[in-house]
Amino acid sequence: MGNEKTTFVYVTYIRASAEKIFEAITRPEIAARYWGHENVSDWKPGSRWEHIRADAARDVKLAGDVVESDPPKRLVITWAGASEYDNPDAHSRVTFDLVPYDDMVRLTVTHDELEAGSGMAAGISKGWPLVLSSLKSYLETDEGIDVFAEPCATDAAA
Amino acid sequence: MDDDKTFKALGDPTRRKLLDLLCEKNGQTLGQLCEHLDMKRQSVTQHIGLLEEANLVSTVKRGREKHHFLNPVPLQMVYERWIRKFEQQRLALLHDLKTELEGEQDGQ
Repeated sequence: MGNEKTTFVYVTYIRASAEKIFEAITRPEIAARYWGHENVSDWKPGSRWEHIRADAARDVKLAGDVVESDPPKRLVITWAGASEYDNPDAHSRVTFDLVPYDDMVRLTVTHDELEAGSGMAAGISKGWPLVLSSLKSYLETDEGIDVFAEPCATDAAA
Repeated sequence: MDDDKTFKALGDPTRRKLLDLLCEKNGQTLGQLCEHLDMKRQSVTQHIGLLEEANLVSTVKRGREKHHFLNPVPLQMVYERWIRKFEQQRLALLHDLKTELEGEQDGQ
């Protein structure tokens, strides 16, 4: 028990350049606007990244390592609850792939190496659709959605 | 443009069943999905094709096998556009009613 891994694959087509989408993921001041959190790192392979709630308290919710960064095409990071960062077994993996597609970019988020049935798996499966839908709205209409709206808000992936 | 495809893809019981099957267990192969459906493999492939076109299912090839993943992002967009709006209206009505009734209780 506890060893079975699971994978989620999320895809969204966004009318924006790959550069803008990559920036929206990696630049804290942009992520704060549609994600309610900032992703903070120097984004060099081997560096740590932190997922920080963009409010006065600035809680670090998640942390992980940058595995691969090839802007604006691909970003691979590991992903763990901030308090579990020191436990390698707690790290799952998130891959962002950006591929130009007509006048859009196909953004694929693959979240794998996740422990099946874990709280993290449940959290991210609610969180990613919300975050990606908000990212799309933000980049296409300049309006993100409220990622903390009930009943879908989760701290795990939001 | 995307909403049309989403609604069309959802307008069929077999395709909704396929989404339910993937929600239960993500990453299934065509063979695994067919086990739960009483129809020809070829028909199932066609239904999956429509779900892929609507971006409700994405596929990943691993070796010779193709795995299917539920992609709920378009459903989230539909929720934002078509459902949450009406929920908010209903909440606003309840709020108005509450304000009104409580106002009466104050004996104004």
